[in-house]
Amino acid sequence: MAYDYEKSIRPGKLPHIWCPGCGHGIVMKGLIRAMDTCGLEKNNTAIVSGIGCASRLPGYMDFNTLHTAHGRAAAFATGIKMVKPEMTVICCGGDGDGTAIGGNHFIHACRRNIDMTYVIMNNYIYGMTGGQFSPCTPTGMKASTTPYGNPDPIFDISKLAIGAGATFVARTTSFHATQIDKLIAEGIKHKGMSVIEVLDDCPTSYGRRNKFRSVVDMMKRLKEVAVPVAAAAKMTDEQLEGKVLTGVLFKEERAEYTDQYAKLIARVQGA
Amino acid sequence: MSAKAEIEIIEEYCKGCSICVEFCPTKVLEMDAFVVKVANADACIACNQCELRCPDFAIKVHKL
Repeated sequence: MAYDYEKSIRPGKLPHIWCPGCGHGIVMKGLIRAMDTCGLEKNNTAIVSGIGCASRLPGYMDFNTLHTAHGRAAAFATGIKMVKPEMTVICCGGDGDGTAIGGNHFIHACRRNIDMTYVIMNNYIYGMTGGQFSPCTPTGMKASTTPYGNPDPIFDISKLAIGAGATFVARTTSFHATQIDKLIAEGIKHKGMSVIEVLDDCPTSYGRRNKFRSVVDMMKRLKEVAVPVAAAAKMTDEQLEGKVLTGVLFKEERAEYTDQYAKLIARVQGA
Repeated sequence: MSAKAEIEIIEEYCKGCSICVEFCPTKVLEMDAFVVKVANADACIACNQCELRCPDFAIKVHKL
């Protein structure tokens, strides 16, 4: 039998609103498989998002879901986790929502090492609001607000997460469909802040302005630029020029925030 | 060569992005006016690549 995705999707919600070829659907499938692998119960799982194309994802999922203000997914998720530490909390969002509008919430969730899994779908653009450039739009590429090419350098989301203190950071692409669910499952099992960056494609707002003739061209580009961490260790700097590392980029064990907070409460009340 | 799987296509979900057509290693699928169709069912090797990469939940691969 084929994999049954419908059991995790709210009845009557398909087809979804994403454009033809948009990678968010592939990531959503990966997330469903990962949650299934981890055996998450619907009543004990919360999926939180902000605003944007990627943030539409929780609306389709038949779990406890929260669609919040722009960029505030991590803030609301922190609230859920503090009140109900036994719950599995998953955040979803795009690059603009997570690292620009909600950049502050994102880095501070990483700093606290609170036990949640943040899936960032990096499609290099603000898709829903009209194709404005985001902090992840590569230098020189066009967006609706940078018609002559984007002059800014980019945010490397994974490096940002590692620098801010996240204890599990991984990256994959929407081409590598089986890797998506493996990494998300590993992130859910990890105790602490897990960030999974999924490089994605936006054919409507990014692709058509940047000479990608079709979504298939964008998928092929993702295939070409991705280099697994193990393979990259044997490559020279010149060979790695323009490539993106995929796989588990960083993992460490560190005290988790809700545990520390519970200890604090016990200590103060006991005193 | 006999088919290793039966491919089910939910036409009302398909948006015609053609990712499945491009990444099928044995060219089982083809586009038919913006909707994918099974053109060469016998060649299917049940690799599941089309189902994994379909963003629209429109393909199901039932292994035989």
